[in-house]
Amino acid sequence: MAATVGRICGVGLLKPNNLTTIGQISSYSTAKEWTRGKKALLGTLGIVAGGAGAVLVALDQSVKASDLELHPPKNIWSHSGIFSSLDHASVRRGFEVYKQVCAACHSLRFVAYRNLVGVTHTEAEAKAEAEEQMIEDGPNDEGNMFKRPGKLSDYFPSPYPNEEAARAANNGSYPPDLSYITAARHGAEDYIFALLTGYCDPPAGVVLREGQYYNPYFPGGAISMAQALYNETIEYNDGTPASASQLAKDVSTFLKWTAEPEHDDRKKMLIKVLGIFSFLLGITWYIKKVKFASLKSRKIEFRPKK
Amino acid sequence: MGFSSTVYNAIFKRTSTMALAVIVSAFAFERTFDLVTDSIFEKVNEGKLWKHIKDKYETEE
Ligand code: HEC
Repeated sequence: MAATVGRICGVGLLKPNNLTTIGQISSYSTAKEWTRGKKALLGTLGIVAGGAGAVLVALDQSVKASDLELHPPKNIWSHSGIFSSLDHASVRRGFEVYKQVCAACHSLRFVAYRNLVGVTHTEAEAKAEAEEQMIEDGPNDEGNMFKRPGKLSDYFPSPYPNEEAARAANNGSYPPDLSYITAARHGAEDYIFALLTGYCDPPAGVVLREGQYYNPYFPGGAISMAQALYNETIEYNDGTPASASQLAKDVSTFLKWTAEPEHDDRKKMLIKVLGIFSFLLGITWYIKKVKFASLKSRKIEFRPKK
Repeated sequence: MGFSSTVYNAIFKRTSTMALAVIVSAFAFERTFDLVTDSIFEKVNEGKLWKHIKDKYETEE
């Protein structure tokens, strides 16, 4: 690269010239050899392509505006800041909500009891949580599956054995697995919160079928999940008043954690990265100064041979 | 003899001591750096981490 530039510009690079190199570069442009017709053709092509792009963007915008879906408002979560960790007390309450309410319909297949240890529960507590559940295991010596109390290494049991059973029990709709739900929905935890607290009467003209409920945040508005959270639906162990919005906030935070268990480490890592890189930036700046000190105070003399 | 030449003669001149100095200083840097950044993180998130709430749930130990 440097050699090519050198060949094109020659000794020009050594002279303290301003802007003349730009003139030289333009002398390598092929555009001035084009005929008028060619220039006109290319010009029109450019305008047509740009115009088509602008029309497409405009069309796309108008499609968004005509959507029937209500976008969830952005909430200020205690983990919203760039260095802010999850509120683990809230994650723990959210687990209580999931276990006592959502687990009746939704699986959480990718979370194991051991994952709770050191995040929301002590090891003894997580063991006790696991032992409350009967987990299918096997086959045993006779080839039969059997049930046993859960262990730390077990994943959360699902309420239905398969998707068909789940659909049959829920009016044909499948309650999705909640492990990665905040990552799988636009608006993430804001959407979950808005969905859980956003139930209302359907506006005039909206017809709901048997077993459907109206929720403006759900795409299309008609959702097959009934409102699950009301004031005092459950009672919190830590005595926090269990209003519907508190329950929704805590379960949303819990689902944020299940989808991004690395959340806290990631933010801690950001602090480390910023620290290390500002240190390296300082060194780089210093070395640049040192190296350029001699280069910049140097004089180059050009003596043509006589 | 100035400070820098003392250091040079004592450490950087020989490859063996230089390598040792690199290893020891990397270890020391990493330890203090982790300590500082971890405590910044804990300060920023005072009261929210498991570390801050776990004594409410731990029984014996
Ligand atoms: C009575 C069973 C039932 C309970 C209890 C229940 N859900 Fe649902 N949930 C469903 C069904 C059925 C669907 C599928 C709805 C559809 O597709 O129309 C669903 C869908 C969802 C969705 C996905 C919405 C989307 O955008 O596709 C989320 C998120 C969700 N539920 C969260 C929860 C949470 C959190 C709880 C606990 C507070 C909960 N659900 C409790 C039955 C339930």
